[in-house]
Amino acid sequence: MELLHDIYLYLPAVIVAIAGLAVMMLSAFQANHQTVLWTSVFLVAVALIRAGADLFAEAGYVFGGMAAVGGMAAFGTFIILLGTLFTLLLCHDYFEKAGEYFSEIYAIILFATTGMIVLATSTNLVTIFIGLETMSVALYVLAGSVKSDKRSIEAALKYFLLGAFSTGFFLYGIALLYGAAGSTSLEAIAAVTDKGLIYWAGTALLLTGFFFKISAVPFHMWTPDVYQGSPTPITGYMATAAKTAGFFSLMMILSRALESSHVQWSEVMQVIAVLTMVFGNVIALVQTNVKRMLAYSSIAHAGYALVGLSAGTLEGYSAVQFYLFAYTIMNIGAFGVIAYFERYRDLDLTELDNYAGLGYKQPLMGVLLTIFLFSLAGIPPMLGFAGKYLVFAAAVQSQLILLAIIGVLTSAAAAFYYLRVMVFMYMKTPATDIQLAPVGTVYTLALGFLALLTVVLGVMPWTVADILAAF
Amino acid sequence: MVTYLFFLLATLAVGSALATIMSRSTVNSALFLVLNMVSLAGVYLLLKAQFLAIIQILVYAGAIMVLFLFVIMLLNVDDEQTIFSKKTFRNAFGFLLGGIVAGQLFYAIAGYTGVLPDISAEMTSVGTVEAIGKTMFTEYLFPFEVTAILLTVAVVGALFIAQRNPKSQN
Repeated sequence: MELLHDIYLYLPAVIVAIAGLAVMMLSAFQANHQTVLWTSVFLVAVALIRAGADLFAEAGYVFGGMAAVGGMAAFGTFIILLGTLFTLLLCHDYFEKAGEYFSEIYAIILFATTGMIVLATSTNLVTIFIGLETMSVALYVLAGSVKSDKRSIEAALKYFLLGAFSTGFFLYGIALLYGAAGSTSLEAIAAVTDKGLIYWAGTALLLTGFFFKISAVPFHMWTPDVYQGSPTPITGYMATAAKTAGFFSLMMILSRALESSHVQWSEVMQVIAVLTMVFGNVIALVQTNVKRMLAYSSIAHAGYALVGLSAGTLEGYSAVQFYLFAYTIMNIGAFGVIAYFERYRDLDLTELDNYAGLGYKQPLMGVLLTIFLFSLAGIPPMLGFAGKYLVFAAAVQSQLILLAIIGVLTSAAAAFYYLRVMVFMYMKTPATDIQLAPVGTVYTLALGFLALLTVVLGVMPWTVADILAAF
Repeated sequence: MVTYLFFLLATLAVGSALATIMSRSTVNSALFLVLNMVSLAGVYLLLKAQFLAIIQILVYAGAIMVLFLFVIMLLNVDDEQTIFSKKTFRNAFGFLLGGIVAGQLFYAIAGYTGVLPDISAEMTSVGTVEAIGKTMFTEYLFPFEVTAILLTVAVVGALFIAQRNPKSQN
């Protein structure tokens, strides 16, 4: 009975796993793409509603302390499911246009989501590792899902090789921490008092593994190529849901297992955060491809989130959670619009030069992209501004003033490359006449809803921040 | 009885290990390595480590050796003379590392004074299939179930990558 109760408490992940299996069977019997899509969307929406209800539930542990429910874990699950839902809605049109459309894509996305939820909620290193691997294996496949595109294949191979490499660090870290604590549970690692070489080496390797996954500088080398080569909605999925899962797991480990070594890891985080913000933004400035520019911008955004982690306080953690929520909404939106523009006959519309005049060709899409990019740049009253404000405020509260200043300066520089896209869209005349196909209704509604969230929650950020403060 | 079995398996293990490095054909080498791993699994069984013995056969003798054989057959490496006749830095480094490992092993063996290791009651109770099954399906049930998802996505993903686009066939 206790097991059934635990399954009930852990329902969002269970629903998504069952949805994955169901969709896999549907595609095995060659069901129509629409059927598969809407089955997935329906089940993920149910899981999302359940995760939303969990936000107000009591925090606790399930499966004998293997995973957490409620509180931070519930919010992580919520963001991941939100990202998945919109990725599913935006996938259909893209893959149909790409001409390589297999409905197994949906099963793999749902399995990846299961892995992400497990990663974000587990409180045991064994479970964290298995969640991470489930997510990663599914993402390697998704990165290469447009098989006729060489860059997609290249992205999949690069992601696989570097992902396997980073998994080595991760696993070695886990092994050493197990050696130091005699158990893989985060609680037991927190109780280690004799911090010898094994403990520190384990911590360092584990954090290195995480830095790879959240693409922090100098472990970001794979990110630009993988993000540029992958199918665009999948890039949005990797940049938001996958990164969110990684950050939540990292927060879980930092707050529950490594709390007592806060002083030491905070210094490391600060250095990595500065490197990530500066490199990510500076390199994004010179990009001429919008997709690649957003890849570098996503590296920079990981840097801002690391600023909140460096604080290591409750305010810091809840600011990072808010940041990831905001980032997921606006980034999936931005990648969604870019996925729509992407290709016109032989013209690669991810190149910035080809964005000239697109704002007048497709007024609605132009406005939506403008909203998302304003938000990513952190211009008030958009959601991105509230996220950045909370993160930097948490840093200032923990006396990390220099870090906050560097953050503000780099995000001011970042406004340049976001605004440049708008300049091209509205102030340049196009060289060739481009007739884009009309946008699908579902596609427009999904992006419109994301833009609405970006603006409304940006004006009223406390609606979300209050929930987070209650954890 | 146990002692006789041990000597039989140990002789087999050492003999097949020697045959692995001394046989001319690489395929024979790989097959001798399989024999070596199976006899090691027998030694594990004598030590009451049932689970380890099964895993040894399943993973090493089964999966990894099949991979070895495939690679050998695909790459067609039977020109071993040329590999070792060159005195490269890499070969020298390899011999050095091998020497260090061998020295370490001899040091560990020389420090042991008993005839056969004593098996305590605790050791036998931990390594049985029963004990591992119990832990796996109670304490570690959750990671076990998630592993099932991981394996499913690996298989579906592999098939997904391998399948052809029906449109491009035409």
